[in-house]
Amino acid sequence: MTPSPPPSVLRFESVTVKFDGETVLNDVSFEACEGESRVIFGAAGSGKTVLLKTALGLVKPDSGRVLAFGRDLGTMRESELFEIRSRMGMLFQEGALFDSLTIGQNVAYPLLNQKSIHCPKEQVRPRVEEALEFVELGGTLDKFPSELSGGMRRRAAIARAVVTSPPLIIYDSPTAGLDPITAHTIIALLIKERDLSHTTTLMVTHRYQDGNLIANFRYNSEQGSLEPVRNGEVRRAKTMFMVLREGRLVFEGNQNRLEQSTDPYICKFVKQRET
Amino acid sequence: MLALRFGDRSHLLDLLKAPVASVQDFFVLTGRAIRNIFRSPHYGDDIFLQMDIIGVGSLGVATITGFFAGAVMALQMSKALATYGQISKTGTLVSLTLVRELGPVLTAIMVSGRNASGMASELGSMKVTEQIDAMRALGTDPEQKLVTPRLVATATMLPLLTIISDFVGMCGGWIIAQLFLNLSSKMYWTTVWQALTWPDDIIFGLLKPVVFAVVISMVGCYYGLRTTGGTQGVGRSTTQAVVASTILIFILDLLLTKVFVGLGTA
Repeated sequence: MTPSPPPSVLRFESVTVKFDGETVLNDVSFEACEGESRVIFGAAGSGKTVLLKTALGLVKPDSGRVLAFGRDLGTMRESELFEIRSRMGMLFQEGALFDSLTIGQNVAYPLLNQKSIHCPKEQVRPRVEEALEFVELGGTLDKFPSELSGGMRRRAAIARAVVTSPPLIIYDSPTAGLDPITAHTIIALLIKERDLSHTTTLMVTHRYQDGNLIANFRYNSEQGSLEPVRNGEVRRAKTMFMVLREGRLVFEGNQNRLEQSTDPYICKFVKQRET
Repeated sequence: MLALRFGDRSHLLDLLKAPVASVQDFFVLTGRAIRNIFRSPHYGDDIFLQMDIIGVGSLGVATITGFFAGAVMALQMSKALATYGQISKTGTLVSLTLVRELGPVLTAIMVSGRNASGMASELGSMKVTEQIDAMRALGTDPEQKLVTPRLVATATMLPLLTIISDFVGMCGGWIIAQLFLNLSSKMYWTTVWQALTWPDDIIFGLLKPVVFAVVISMVGCYYGLRTTGGTQGVGRSTTQAVVASTILIFILDLLLTKVFVGLGTA
């Protein structure tokens, strides 16, 4: 008897999005299941960020359906979307931390403002501190975003995205504009969050090595570091790759299929895995 | 030829669509912002913060403008009144022009220059750095959190600033009357007080700032929330907000004056 497939967390059905008559997402369909990681590649302007914002219900599709946790976002009012969004964490491209709030207030924001979270006030501070410790920013509670470096701001934004322990986390270019060491730290945090909380992950990136780490590394909670998934060992949840080109989904599959692709556009995003 | 004519017509329609859609969006935003006043959650802290920024922050510029408007009005009017031997009526003219016209309009323009631009640039910066999207993603309605407090704060503070500006303007006229017109303080203040009729002038003088406050806050927020194109877009929104709110203040001032004159109030 074959095990039943994990339940669908996010499903796009022929989604088309247009801005001022220009098509930015064209008939995109895919399904992300529980515990799955999806890495999305694409050139600038290919519709990656729009896809993530459509998944959050921030952008309404012109045609097609977006189903998150089994509910059609297109039929829901903004107030109803808040409940669905409380089950999704989002890391925006530049972090999108609120300038006028301290890091502590930024991280506490979803706990205090998402109605369906129901976090008692006395638990807010401990949870904020825990989230900031998770991203190794324990001492920044009372600092403002402008006082932090780019990498620290990105980590604080990750803390804000994960503080409510949402089952689906969406990362928009988490390593864009960061040096390789900081970028590695950020991806390590993403893997740590995924493996400790068993979250479904959607990540947009330009860097193939980010996708490679996501697909082939796991977090060892005993050693507190990343370790490669050994040969022949199957990670609990799979990693799928998607490639967008001018709003169209031109590739969807696992890493092997991605690396075997002969499409010149797809090849630009792929570096062969070291064997 | 026929196809060309239809093509021209559709092109014309397309050109007209954008401004019509903008006006529609503006009224939808205004309607929602007003509706949100009566819906929870209420962001009291944000309202008080905005009152401080808009009201206390604009106090200096409003009083300076009011003072010099009153002083100049007294000087100019005294010259004209002297021809008819009616220099004692200087206080009457200063009082009426300040309360009915100059006080509300000049204060609104000053507040617009300072705050419509501030709102457009602040909200515009939040828009281009995705903070508005983040707010929505984190369970907050940006219109409820950002627009309604600015609307309530401006609608509360602008009438108060106008009252202060009117009074300081009268004081400016009094100083001119003392220094250059040889009018006694008693005569000046008596004519100032007697010129105003209750409740018409007071209601008229305070209704205008409320309408202007809606225009200033909504135009500032509207241009801020529709900002696109990075920092350059923020600059563009800020300029557009100041220009649009200033023009609207003058147009609405004329319309309101016409309505009140028609009602026999002014």
